Amino acid sequence: MSRILFNDPLPEPERYELAEKPRYRFELDRRTFLQLTGAGLLITVTGGAAFAQRGASGARTIAARIHIGEDGIVTVMTSKVEVGQGARTELAQAAAEELRVPVDRVRMIMADTDVVPDDGGTYGSLTTPRTVPLVREAAAAAREALVQLAASVWQAPAGEVIVADAVIAHPPTSRRITFGELAKQPALLRLLEAPVEGAALTGEAAWTTLGAWVKKTTGRDIVTGAQKYPSDLVRPGMRYGAVLRPPAAGARLKHVDLALLKEWNDVVTVQDGDFVACAAPTSFRAAQAIAALQKTAVWEGATAGTTATLFAGLKQNAKTEGRGRSGPRVDEEGEVDAAFSAQAVTRAVYNVSYIQHVPMEPRAAVAEWVEGKLTVWTGTQRPHGVLEELQEAFGLGAGMVRVIVPDSGGGFGGKHTGDAALEAARIAKAAQAPVSLRWTREEEFQWAYCRPAGVIEMAAVLKEGALHAWEHSNINSGAAAIEMPYAAPHWRTRFLPSESPLREGSYRALAGAANVFARESFIDELALEAGADPLAFRLKHVQDDRLRAVLEAAASKFDWMAARQGGGSGTGVGIACGMLKGSYVATAVRVRVDNAIHVEHVCQAFECGAILNPGNLRSQVEGCIIMGLGGALLEAVEFEEGRVLNASLKQYAVPRFEHVPPLDLVLLDRRDLPSAGAGETPIVGIAPAIANAVCHATGRRLRQLPLRLEG
Amino acid sequence: MADSTKTTRGSGLSRRGFLKGISAGGVATGLVGGAAVQHGKVVEAAPAVVGPGDTAIKLKINGEVKSLTVEPRTTLLDALRNRLDITGAKKVCDRGTCGACTLWIDGQPAYACSVLAIDAEDSEITTIESLGTPERMTALQQAFVNNDAQQCGFCTPGMIMACEAFLKENPSPTRDQVRDGISGNLCRCGTYHGIIDAVLEAAKTMKGGA
Ligand code: FES
Ligand code: FES
Repeated sequence: MSRILFNDPLPEPERYELAEKPRYRFELDRRTFLQLTGAGLLITVTGGAAFAQRGASGARTIAARIHIGEDGIVTVMTSKVEVGQGARTELAQAAAEELRVPVDRVRMIMADTDVVPDDGGTYGSLTTPRTVPLVREAAAAAREALVQLAASVWQAPAGEVIVADAVIAHPPTSRRITFGELAKQPALLRLLEAPVEGAALTGEAAWTTLGAWVKKTTGRDIVTGAQKYPSDLVRPGMRYGAVLRPPAAGARLKHVDLALLKEWNDVVTVQDGDFVACAAPTSFRAAQAIAALQKTAVWEGATAGTTATLFAGLKQNAKTEGRGRSGPRVDEEGEVDAAFSAQAVTRAVYNVSYIQHVPMEPRAAVAEWVEGKLTVWTGTQRPHGVLEELQEAFGLGAGMVRVIVPDSGGGFGGKHTGDAALEAARIAKAAQAPVSLRWTREEEFQWAYCRPAGVIEMAAVLKEGALHAWEHSNINSGAAAIEMPYAAPHWRTRFLPSESPLREGSYRALAGAANVFARESFIDELALEAGADPLAFRLKHVQDDRLRAVLEAAASKFDWMAARQGGGSGTGVGIACGMLKGSYVATAVRVRVDNAIHVEHVCQAFECGAILNPGNLRSQVEGCIIMGLGGALLEAVEFEEGRVLNASLKQYAVPRFEHVPPLDLVLLDRRDLPSAGAGETPIVGIAPAIANAVCHATGRRLRQLPLRLEG
Repeated sequence: MADSTKTTRGSGLSRRGFLKGISAGGVATGLVGGAAVQHGKVVEAAPAVVGPGDTAIKLKINGEVKSLTVEPRTTLLDALRNRLDITGAKKVCDRGTCGACTLWIDGQPAYACSVLAIDAEDSEITTIESLGTPERMTALQQAFVNNDAQQCGFCTPGMIMACEAFLKENPSPTRDQVRDGISGNLCRCGTYHGIIDAVLEAAKTMKGGA
């Protein structure tokens, strides 16, 4: 019996292949686009049912927009953002491939809500499986439209017209026309009235741009300091904002003496309920004004809870009843309760601390009001979500808010909300001038949301050296990657929401890192109980061939059999594997343990279908491993009564050069499979692999992240 | 990070006063790199009090003299970013722990968040803006591009400034030396291996190698 109480909103990887065909619409430029792109041909694609990621509005709207300019430049418009994960380059590759132009002829307009369609926020590893195919569809449709147009003008069979290097040609008559020349002729373009039916996508075997290591298209701007991030933007007459923050989360403002700043002629102060802020000519001056106000402020209350009571509290408040988002989610198969009651049960509990995203660029926004219309430049992963937040907060109608997201300094799932945008907009309204608000590092640690902490309870029954029954319960941190990848006749997975003492939200791989840590540690414990080699035990139970393939690839590159000999002498090796959002990872590590845990070598195999850009993939996989090292060994938000106690980069350590071990990567390229995202799954294997290696080295089983020898 | 209070020149502002002004404490000196280079421009422990109000100063930045007014406790980083709109140096920790604001003062790498603007008055300040341009990059910048040694790139300007300075002192480094030499710089995206590869490649190119 298989029972699903509510469905994972993420698609299974192959689902988009079953999508209905997109519908195409062609139109000549309208004014907004003209300003940005110049004259030319604009092509929009409406996503089919399974294609379109629901926009923030919930509406399924236009899903891809491509423009071909009179200069022959192809412009792709998307609401995806670039936060370092490589979407800008990957989407340019997708358009270049289908339109047969070099990548440097493709320009991306990303996340400007006045011009781009709402094709969803940047999260959930959806850009690769959903946006790339859409952009390819739109680009292929554009290519096909140009071919048909040229064919009809030349009165040649469309089958004889070819497109290469931004030129349309008819070899039998040696006629040719460039994209730019074609786009200059509106008379010709009016011929494009009928929709173009299903233009074929370029097969993987014929790829020239996709599948190649195309370097980040903005690389030159980045390395020369020319790239302007949200916190670098300057508008004419701009002022700097600062916000009066409570001493602790949950504290309410009882009193503040704004009159104190009466004489500060260069400072504008605003109070709106509990929100108190200043605008000043420099960030120093704004901070000074806030510091003066803070001396007069009286606050009351704070959120209860401390690090010491965190896990007990989550467990105590776990919701075992209820429906929908506030209730539990349970999947199961077999006769689970019966299987557990009849046998000796092995149990273990794993804890996962709160951690922070710590993007290098703190939250930042520049807000500007012009004749009642609000424009905000900000670093967010959900431009249309922030647009709606602003509309709601200021009671603004459609067309009165524009959100623009310049390429930003890191997201990692941490920039889904519009906090800085709302604050900057409120201050700018009072200051009657553009205002830049840049959170400080301290504000980031204290006020940004965390990756949820969790308590994960595992139980299993072994029968004749094999899994007989299995239960995996995650309290609070989430259900991502909780699915059971190992064969067991009776199993149950449960996610129980709880009450979090800190503000929590999305993170790279969500709860995937937590659930895989628990499961892969526990399966290691069971292997030892069964007297089996941990790799062999996994291979014996693994059900998915792709998961098996990465396990075998990592083990072979790492030379697992040889490496596993020895151990117990202060060095040890461990392995772990996981799957999430259509991609697969296996990680093997060697550690040395003295009074600390030293990771000496990491070998990771990863498979995400057809590789679209091997260089960028390598960056993402390495970045995930290194970020994962932080959660495994270093990072935990310490708090007390709503106050974060380690709110600086000095106190909250993140991985640095000194922590980075040699990495061996095996990137499996499955050209026969659809491409899945790669910015999340590669983070899940490192923590359990280290925990398992520490156990191999010392005999001690560490069941809490970050892994700490003391305590 | 060493909390050195070594005297360099009299700015009329005590370090203690400076710390108070910034209020949250933890301001480090301009020490950069593992333990490699120390920029000595730390404010003097003199008792004078500087009141509020702006002071006119001149800064020599990338060979150009700029006149500006700053509140005396303004850091060099804030002066560049707020007053001069020179934004290549990034503000990440503002406490001398990440290297994102690295620039050079008299040719030595320094953390701009940990130096007062008024204390940089008589020095040559070099920022990322004066190295290469997108059209004409330095060998190191080219090597960063070749190796895709940046993801979000927010750490990159500081990294480049630290790595260029490191290469000047260490033209033929080993992998480990690079790692130690620029260990004060943080990259949250985890591009560390790519950065080391880029520095090694640049070292080769600069010597006329492949
Ligand atoms: S911002 Fe100066 S060292 Fe971090
Ligand atoms: S590239 Fe993002 S912090 Fe280094």
